[in-house]
Amino acid sequence: MTDQNKFDYILQQADNCLILGQRLAEWCGHGPILEQDIALTNISLDLIGQARLFYQYAAEIQGEEKTEDDLAYLRDAWGFKNVLLVEQPNGDFGFTIMRQFLYDTFSCYFYEALMSSSDERLASIAAKSHKETLYHMKWSADWVIRLGDGTVESHNRVQQALNELWSYKDEIVIETSADSDALAAGYGVSLAELKEKRDAKITAVLEEATLSIPEGTYSHKGGKEGVHSEHLGYILADLQFLQRAYPGNEW
Amino acid sequence: MVINKEHVQEILEEVKDPEIPVVSIYDLGILRDVKVENGFVEVVITPTYTGCPAMLEIERDINNALKKEGINDFKITTVLSPAWSTDFMTERGKANLKEYGIAPPNPTNEEDIECPNCGSQNTKLLSQFGSTACKSLFKCNDCLEPFDYFKCH
Repeated sequence: MTDQNKFDYILQQADNCLILGQRLAEWCGHGPILEQDIALTNISLDLIGQARLFYQYAAEIQGEEKTEDDLAYLRDAWGFKNVLLVEQPNGDFGFTIMRQFLYDTFSCYFYEALMSSSDERLASIAAKSHKETLYHMKWSADWVIRLGDGTVESHNRVQQALNELWSYKDEIVIETSADSDALAAGYGVSLAELKEKRDAKITAVLEEATLSIPEGTYSHKGGKEGVHSEHLGYILADLQFLQRAYPGNEW
Repeated sequence: MVINKEHVQEILEEVKDPEIPVVSIYDLGILRDVKVENGFVEVVITPTYTGCPAMLEIERDINNALKKEGINDFKITTVLSPAWSTDFMTERGKANLKEYGIAPPNPTNEEDIECPNCGSQNTKLLSQFGSTACKSLFKCNDCLEPFDYFKCH
């Protein structure tokens, strides 16, 4: 492989997209109302599309005749570099919305910054994806506000989700060596700058939603280095079964 | 047979978006370029959305259309940059969309979308996500018809 760091950096983002896309796809046919069922799966589709663009590029860097499918279907849990946030189970609609909001507020600013990457391919993937995440963030922020500033029941549920997810929100902005190398080499983004913008957005939306911002500063970590919760294994079992049981099978 | 760019473009005019069969890939802005060099044809396309499931079908349709006309020496390249935007859509494409019942993208104002059925401006967004990833769902408060709106990018 010519560039292990860049490969790892791209996989972090690709795996976030794939795993969250898979999680959202679990909602297909189970959404609270038809329009939101469609919204959840539309966003899932966008995320899987973004994952493919990253995997295709990562596979080219890896060489050895690997393809995007090898990366998605034939790696084990410890090879995945997604953050723990995106592998959390869906919970109720409020929990899914809050998880999505905490991810969208990252990805939107991430792509915005990545558009200035010195790597043209990454910059073009970012430009394409950024437009999509703007819609995602608008949707999830609107729902956080609607549920938070809604009924007592919806407020309590989404507050509970926020409390549970609070310690998962920062792993994504804590630098790994792949992140710092990418920044130093010019193709990555500054997570410190991103965190500032992201936190301001999160605070503004949570305040409008009349939600109490949790005080804890502890952050779960490990996903970006391949150390995952037990949930990821079950996701991969679903996602990878067919290719593992029938190698090379095509539709 | 001498293959030139105009001829290839004419053939590709017949390739429509599989989900909006009244709009050609040229009018939709998916067809970015056609290059012809020493009889070899390169067709350059760009996706509307990263996860657009129609892209594979569009490639297949391009493939079939060219082969049907006896063009076998070609490749189809997908580019991401510059990212597709609704600005690449032609006026004819927008008119066709409207006639088909889909409100065309309105870059200046995404709130007040004109109903493609009765022309009323009194419409309401029902959902940012519609029947496909590139559309959102609206309802007309006057004729009461729901309709798709092709989102701006």
